[in-house]
Amino acid sequence: MNGTHSRSTITDFSGLGDQHSHRQAYTIEADHPEVFGSEDNGVTPPEIVLGALASCLTAGVATVATNRGVQLRSVTATVSGEMDLQGILGIDADVRNGFDRIDVRFDIDADASRADIEAIVAQSQKRSAVFDIVTNPTTVQVTVA
Amino acid sequence: MHTSVVVVGAGPGGLAMSHHLTGAGVDHVLLERGGVAHSWRTERWDSLRLLPPNWMTALPGARYEGGDPDGYMTAAETVAALEAYRSSFDPPLHTGIEVEAACRTGDGFEVRTPQGTWRCDAVVAATGGSSEPRVPAFASELPQAVQQLSSLSYRRPAQIDDRGRVLVVGASASGVQIADELRRAGRDVTIAVGEHIRLPRSYRGCDIYRWLDRIGQLDERWDEVEDLQRARRHASVQVVGSDDGREVDLPSLQGLGVQLVGRLMAIRGTTALCSGGLGSLVANADLKQARLLRRIDEWVDEHDMAHLVGPAVEPSPTVLTQVPTELDLAGFATVIWATGFRPAYRWLDPRAHGRHGRVDHEGGVGTIPGLYLLGLPLLRRRRSNLLAGLGSDAAELGQHLVGYLEAVGRRPAPLSR
Repeated sequence: MNGTHSRSTITDFSGLGDQHSHRQAYTIEADHPEVFGSEDNGVTPPEIVLGALASCLTAGVATVATNRGVQLRSVTATVSGEMDLQGILGIDADVRNGFDRIDVRFDIDADASRADIEAIVAQSQKRSAVFDIVTNPTTVQVTVA
Repeated sequence: MHTSVVVVGAGPGGLAMSHHLTGAGVDHVLLERGGVAHSWRTERWDSLRLLPPNWMTALPGARYEGGDPDGYMTAAETVAALEAYRSSFDPPLHTGIEVEAACRTGDGFEVRTPQGTWRCDAVVAATGGSSEPRVPAFASELPQAVQQLSSLSYRRPAQIDDRGRVLVVGASASGVQIADELRRAGRDVTIAVGEHIRLPRSYRGCDIYRWLDRIGQLDERWDEVEDLQRARRHASVQVVGSDDGREVDLPSLQGLGVQLVGRLMAIRGTTALCSGGLGSLVANADLKQARLLRRIDEWVDEHDMAHLVGPAVEPSPTVLTQVPTELDLAGFATVIWATGFRPAYRWLDPRAHGRHGRVDHEGGVGTIPGLYLLGLPLLRRRRSNLLAGLGSDAAELGQHLVGYLEAVGRRPAPLSR
């Protein structure tokens, strides 16, 4: 690993009364783009967040649709975030580092009315961990071991 | 002192239960910390009116007989109606008595008050679900200079410091009504909006409560509702009873110039952090509103009544413009918590309290024998906490109670004539 390139490895999680392991160790590689003087060995961390949001909502759509007996033929989530680079570059202290807004657009082909599909997407947001994480404040503590 | 049943709380629920027990010839007392309809006298804002129209208000043995069946009762009129109800059957009422504890002992209960202890076979807790405001823990982190009120302590706009902005937290009936009133009084109002239920005041020419009554929505039972605990926590509907039939919802508030923000999540120093998820909640509220209005349309079609009612005009969707996720509290003089209520059951036998500190019950029948609850949201049906619904709960629970007394060998004495 060089420069801004990093690899996160995820093997275990705990919960549901037990310690669990993923079927295998999964990795996520991240880097900064070439326009930032980096090597672009992976997506940027904020893009991972957008991907996580899309994955979480899409998984939710699949789960809710199954529970409601709706057959999905295809689900495509297109996600974008707007960010003012003056924040992370430290140019303007009033500009935040993160996204000002995030838009997710679902294209869903299913055996259901538009209202039913909208209700499934709404319910998916209601139960989504990543939607909650990105929309609501969270206390984060970073320490040095 | 001995009696068969102690009913605690002389609001609509306690009075209706006392009416039923009186009719069934059950020896009982009705204990009240203040006077009849105490919370209706002391814990309501001046302009508050009931949400359903007058024609719906009914208690066992009493129907609305005033001259304005389509109007909405004020708090003062509600007090007067309950006073009239009390004098119509003269319940065994003891006022100014605050119950300190009601505990199951032996084959009955001991009900302790500063004025003495009652021994009885059964207890009805009719103190209702709105005894205390449910305020988030981070309220204590608000800057000292901010005046804090709740929907129980708010009275009128003049009470609010006019040198700063007002933050109303919560968008149930209380929240949107208070925000509407303060904005119309010229205040600079922001409302923090969590999950909410939007319905129009009237639809197809009829009051929405007439429809809810007609389609049977208000009669959906607690044992038929999906996810009961969640349904019991639902915010009240965004409507107001007024003379001009106006709407109070997020579009109307935006039109008046009220700033909307998402659910208030945390206080960090002098900054309030709000959820960025308001768009999702608003879309959901609009969807649920549309679903209910479709149910009404279907009912109209099934009953072949389309020619008798107005056209189906959907309320316009909520369009959010510029919703900040942070508020600088330095500009705010007042925060009004309209974040819901909880019942106060600390006086009830600890064994009646289940997990999460809630008093568990099955449609108002407590988990310890001889204990009954009245006046909670969705206690037995959706209308349970309306003046238009307490009566049937009281009648059903009263019947259950009489059956219980018979089963434990405390058969009520026959009515003396």
